Amino acid sequence: MNTQIQTATVASLSVSQRVIAGVLALFLGLVLVGGVGFASDMAIHNGAHDMRHSLGFPCH
Amino acid sequence: MKLFQRIFFAAVLSGLAAGLVMSAVQQWRVAPLILEAEVYETAAAPAEHAHDSATPAVHEHDADAWAPQDGLERIGYTVLANILASIGFAFLLAAVSVLSGIQITARNGVIWGLGGFVALQLAPAFGLAPELPGMPAADLVARQAWWVGTALATGVGILAIARFRNWTGIALAAVLILAPHLIGAPQLAGEHVSVVPAHLASEFAAASLATGALFWLIAGPLLGWLNERFTRAEVTALKGAHA
Repeated sequence: MNTQIQTATVASLSVSQRVIAGVLALFLGLVLVGGVGFASDMAIHNGAHDMRHSLGFPCH
Repeated sequence: MKLFQRIFFAAVLSGLAAGLVMSAVQQWRVAPLILEAEVYETAAAPAEHAHDSATPAVHEHDADAWAPQDGLERIGYTVLANILASIGFAFLLAAVSVLSGIQITARNGVIWGLGGFVALQLAPAFGLAPELPGMPAADLVARQAWWVGTALATGVGILAIARFRNWTGIALAAVLILAPHLIGAPQLAGEHVSVVPAHLASEFAAASLATGALFWLIAGPLLGWLNERFTRAEVTALKGAHA
């Protein structure tokens, strides 16, 4: 029952709604991961240093 | 709740929670190895620059740039970076789910988490093992490019299997997942000796991957559970409005 309602809710969303929400989420994810994981700014590098090593991002 | 709001809150909450758990395990098992490696790195640095004992630079750290003080400040910034990266990872999972039309739920969340782990940690680590400070490595930008390419190809490969569920999808995935490793990660030419002892490096690689796996196996199901919960809340609200 619940599953049916959920499926209906998701299916009733238009494709454009999904694309807009998905692209926004993708953008936020890339900015966050790119910022803390890859930004070459030395202050960001030094602050995020141990996280980069721990999660296997190339660091030095 | 609108679709994006739902994704937003589910990603922020699951990333925050999984990032905090990961931070605790990381400070317990991973961070001490980084600090220990830095002792070797710092000890080795003057020897390499014996002609200039005043050289303050430890690896590529710019002496003038801001850096957190060791201790609480450093831990604080590491936890902050963990949480931001964790929320970012959760957004990536949510984005793939919405754009591919494969809903993430509490039940299949563990598979989503596993997919994230393989694409964003295990596959890159297969070519570029998690490295400690003081370990010699190839050019940074080349390694970052290979890392991104590998994560992307592996992620698309996994998605191809999930989406198509046929031999074509599997064949496409095999090519995409293998390609970065056949091309090969950037390597240093010639012989380079690491100043970091081997036992530290192997402990670090294992602890890093285990901590990452823990993060993904919490973040995936939690994101799915929140996603379902917010959807249910929306349905209930809609029914209430129509009653």
